[in-house]
Amino acid sequence: MKAAVIVFPGSNCDRDCKVAVERSTGAQVDMVWHGDTALPEGLDLIVLPGGFSYGDYLRCGAMAALSPVMTEVKAAAERGVATVGICNGFQVLCEAGLLPGALLQNERLKYVCKPVSLEVTNAQTRFTSGYGGRREVVMTVGNGEGNYFADEATLDRLEGEGQVVFRYQDNPNGSARRIAGIVNGKGNVLGMMPHPDRAFEAELGSADGALLFQSALASA
Amino acid sequence: MKAKVHVFLKPGVLDVQGKAVEQALHGLGWSGVEGVRVGKTIEFDLKSADRAAAEAEVKAMCDKLLANTVIESYRVELA
Repeated sequence: MKAAVIVFPGSNCDRDCKVAVERSTGAQVDMVWHGDTALPEGLDLIVLPGGFSYGDYLRCGAMAALSPVMTEVKAAAERGVATVGICNGFQVLCEAGLLPGALLQNERLKYVCKPVSLEVTNAQTRFTSGYGGRREVVMTVGNGEGNYFADEATLDRLEGEGQVVFRYQDNPNGSARRIAGIVNGKGNVLGMMPHPDRAFEAELGSADGALLFQSALASA
Repeated sequence: MKAKVHVFLKPGVLDVQGKAVEQALHGLGWSGVEGVRVGKTIEFDLKSADRAAAEAEVKAMCDKLLANTVIESYRVELA
């Protein structure tokens, strides 16, 4: 099993993601610099990590979405490679047009950093199959711009097609319909604000994130 | 040519900064203030002699990078 973590200038969860994927799945994880124009061969999983790519300048994730490596990430996602964007990575996926909607400033203008309970809204995706019958998982959020927004028609479509994967039990940032994570129509691109990379072993307060990486690779 | 691009969140998209500024203005006694929106202005020089071509180019820049049209609208000024 082979995974890659994309490193943008200003990413700060890239090492966390590498360790999280390695320890929870045993996969080999390569770090790929944003300026690279090729991805390693035979990838089963691509992770876009959290952080503040390009200092969050202009809009969160906007400039990272136009990085040279993103052409390859888009092509891989189109081929069906499992792709996960966490926090800033979710913002990058939205800016890149790989997922619908956008992340706005938090409703109460506050940076929110705490463990949150999430409802597993769709346990049939390739990222959540490992949760089995579990309807609730715990992960940590850490964001100032995590307020998911999409127009009503898009939200209806996401809900109707089962593309809403996680919802906050208690909405920390004003996200539309309590959305914490969504997948694309094909189901191979997941964007989420909570951090599975900060919840991959019990010592971290939760090991629920490990199951997500395991599911993603088991489905590859 | 000087270009100015004004970017604002679309009407209907919650502008929390605008709301906070509006509340601050109310707190200072300007109770008649309504609908505050906080946007940004991006200005730059553009080498171009032709106004129509410059406008098309700046619009392309907006759609590609300067604005996210899912949530924002923009207005271009050329001088």
